[in-house]
Amino acid sequence: MDRLLYISMSGAAQNLRAQQTISHNLANVSTTGFQGDLDAYKSLALKGDGFESRVYNQHYRAGVDFQKGSMMNTGRDLDAAIQGEGLIAVQSREGNESYTRAGDFRVDQNGFLTTGTGLLVLGEGGPVSIPPYQKLDIGSDGSISIVALGQTSDSVTVVDRIKLVKPELNNLQKSSDGLLITKDGVPALADATVRLVSGTLESSNVNAVSELVSLLDNSRQFELQIKMMKVAEETDESSTKLMRTK
Amino acid sequence: MNQTLWVAKTGLDAQQTRLSIISNNLANVSTNGFKRDTAVFEDLMYQNMRQSGSQTSQDTQLPSGLAVGTGVRLVATEKMHSQGNIIQTGNTLDMAINGRGFFQILKPDGSLGYSRDGSFQTNAQGQVVTANGYLLQPAITVPQGTQSLSISSDGTVEAILSAATAPTQVGNVQLVDFINPAGLQATGENLFSETASSGAPQAGTPGLNGIGSIMSGSLETSNVNTVEELVNMIETQRAYEMNSKVISTADGMLQYVNNNL
Repeated sequence: MDRLLYISMSGAAQNLRAQQTISHNLANVSTTGFQGDLDAYKSLALKGDGFESRVYNQHYRAGVDFQKGSMMNTGRDLDAAIQGEGLIAVQSREGNESYTRAGDFRVDQNGFLTTGTGLLVLGEGGPVSIPPYQKLDIGSDGSISIVALGQTSDSVTVVDRIKLVKPELNNLQKSSDGLLITKDGVPALADATVRLVSGTLESSNVNAVSELVSLLDNSRQFELQIKMMKVAEETDESSTKLMRTK
Repeated sequence: MNQTLWVAKTGLDAQQTRLSIISNNLANVSTNGFKRDTAVFEDLMYQNMRQSGSQTSQDTQLPSGLAVGTGVRLVATEKMHSQGNIIQTGNTLDMAINGRGFFQILKPDGSLGYSRDGSFQTNAQGQVVTANGYLLQPAITVPQGTQSLSISSDGTVEAILSAATAPTQVGNVQLVDFINPAGLQATGENLFSETASSGAPQAGTPGLNGIGSIMSGSLETSNVNTVEELVNMIETQRAYEMNSKVISTADGMLQYVNNNL
């Protein structure tokens, strides 16, 4: 009896945890460049004497959803989205090289190019620094050209090129700050085939409908586990009744 | 108790704030020189429950860990300093800036504010003031008996006085520019104030050194794109509904436990 109760209890607990991943994805349904988390369950059989009926389930993060979000046209010079595969290299708050698909850039007070969340964007040799400009263009290969303040519009200078990478997808994982990092810790090399589209942003790639469906699916599964606990209770009750002597 | 509820709550919070930003943009759709705001979201940190790559035995490692996200937050509201539309008013003292730059306005507390709203008027002393009566800096006084006034694209203000044929120069409109205009703080009354992230103001003559030129007789309207805001509003509302759906589902799950055990 107690096996049944514990197995369903651990099942219910894992369901609750999976529910958190789903609600995290849904909470980020409008975060620019957000890539959803995939979650999955795996069975964990416990070996031992007697009939092996103890198979627990365990929730784990199966990885990151690398599907593309949709392109939103903004018309802003400093917005860029990646067309197809690829990632933008940024410096995380701990100073490590990390990757993101959020291309909502801006220039901070020191003239550095940052993402919307304030992370430094990496160029060919460290963070991209942009002198005061009157016009800025981001090319499809990530090169940034400007017309400096006080110059005529025919004097275009290329200041730097945003580091765009295309690492093996199975070498990528999400770190606890939500940015992607390489599993082996070796920074990815710049890849000239990655293409940027300026004036566009990539939306979150969370598919709200499928997330809502898995939310409901998970909640029914949870109810099933509770039902099993109820059954365990009833079985226990009837066996107690059987043992009772008049 | 149940993390799901709190994660969904961060989603609701973020969408609600976004809606108030959208409604502020829409409310200012006909405010001169208004720059629209956009909301910037960021996913909150992940709770690492099982570290991927940790040893499961001496020779084996955990292939994938378990890290669960904790929601979303609004990191910034960014002012979009794109040019608004220019409309012709025919009023000489209405000035639009074509390009970068801000007017300097002396606020009642003695500090300077910066504005793109060029609907100026004169007060009882003939000084050029904003619609709120704040002085334009450097101060320009329109002399009494002025027949007509003209403002050139480099900001030179000239008046033709009665009984004179040649115009007299009465002042210059100066503009200031910032390295990072998006870092300016909006203080209401169509004014911005300088912050550490905007950089220091650099004054200059309109039309020179990258500063925009002045178009007299025109006004810069709000740069709010109503269609875009309405699309954002629909998106926000639906995202809000989804997050509240998560809350009601999580609630249903807990309720089921309470009723059945």
